Amino acid sequence: MYRGGIGMLAWTLHRITGIAVLLFLLLHIVETSMLLYGPDAYDKALALYKQSWFKPFEFLLVAAVVYHAGNGILVMILDLFPAATRWYRRLFWVGAAVYALVMLPVAVVMLRPMFR
Amino acid sequence: MAGVRPNGWAWLGWLYMRVSALLLLGLVLGHLYIMHVLAGTDRIDFAFVAQRFATPFWRVYDLLILLLALTHGLVGLRGIVYDYTRSPLWRLVWNVVLWTVGLVFTSLGALVLFTFQPGGPAGR
Repeated sequence: MYRGGIGMLAWTLHRITGIAVLLFLLLHIVETSMLLYGPDAYDKALALYKQSWFKPFEFLLVAAVVYHAGNGILVMILDLFPAATRWYRRLFWVGAAVYALVMLPVAVVMLRPMFR
Repeated sequence: MAGVRPNGWAWLGWLYMRVSALLLLGLVLGHLYIMHVLAGTDRIDFAFVAQRFATPFWRVYDLLILLLALTHGLVGLRGIVYDYTRSPLWRLVWNVVLWTVGLVFTSLGALVLFTFQPGGPAGR
C-alpha cells in the first residue's frame, strides 16, 4: 500500500479515525442507555456535549467520520478499478478538495454555538 | 487489500467491510447531518428522543447503525491488531476481548432501542 508518502498518510489517518470513531461509538451507546433511567439521567449525560469547550471535539468527530467515509470510497474505487492506482495522487487531492468544500460550511454551523 | 483472493475467511471479512461500509455511508452521514448539523446537539434532550422514537422508523434506523457500525469497527480493529500481534495466544486474548465488547455493547444498544418508552421508565 506504500505509495510515496500520501498513500501512507491516508492509510494511517484511516486507522486513527477508525479507532477514534469506534471509541466514541462505545461512549455514545453508554450515554444513550441513560434513556432507560429517565429524563433527568439522560439530560444530565447529554450535558457533556452541550458545554462550549466540547464543540470542537464534536466537530472533530464529524470530521473523522467524513474523512473515514471519503477515504473508504477511494479505497473501494481502487479495488474496483486497480488501473486507477496510476492516478492515486490526483484522486487523493480531488478528494481532499471535496472534503474541504464540505467540511467548511459544516464547521461554521457546528462551531457557531461556541460564540453565543 | 486489493490483492485479496476471492476465497476463505479473509475474503469474507474483506467483503463484509465493503458491504457494511456502503450501507453505513448513507445511514451514518444521514445521522450526522440530521443530528449534528440540522438539529444540533444543543437541541437534543429526552423529549427530542421520545418524539423521535415514537414511531418504529428511527428505532430500526438506529438499530441498523448499531449493528453495522459496531461490527465494522470491531472487524476493522481486529485487522489492525493482527498487523501487530503474531502470537496465537495474544490473538486469542484480543478475539475474546473484541467479541465481549461486541456482545455487551450490541445488547445494551438493542435493549434501549427495543424497550425505550417515551413516557419514561415504568413505575415512575
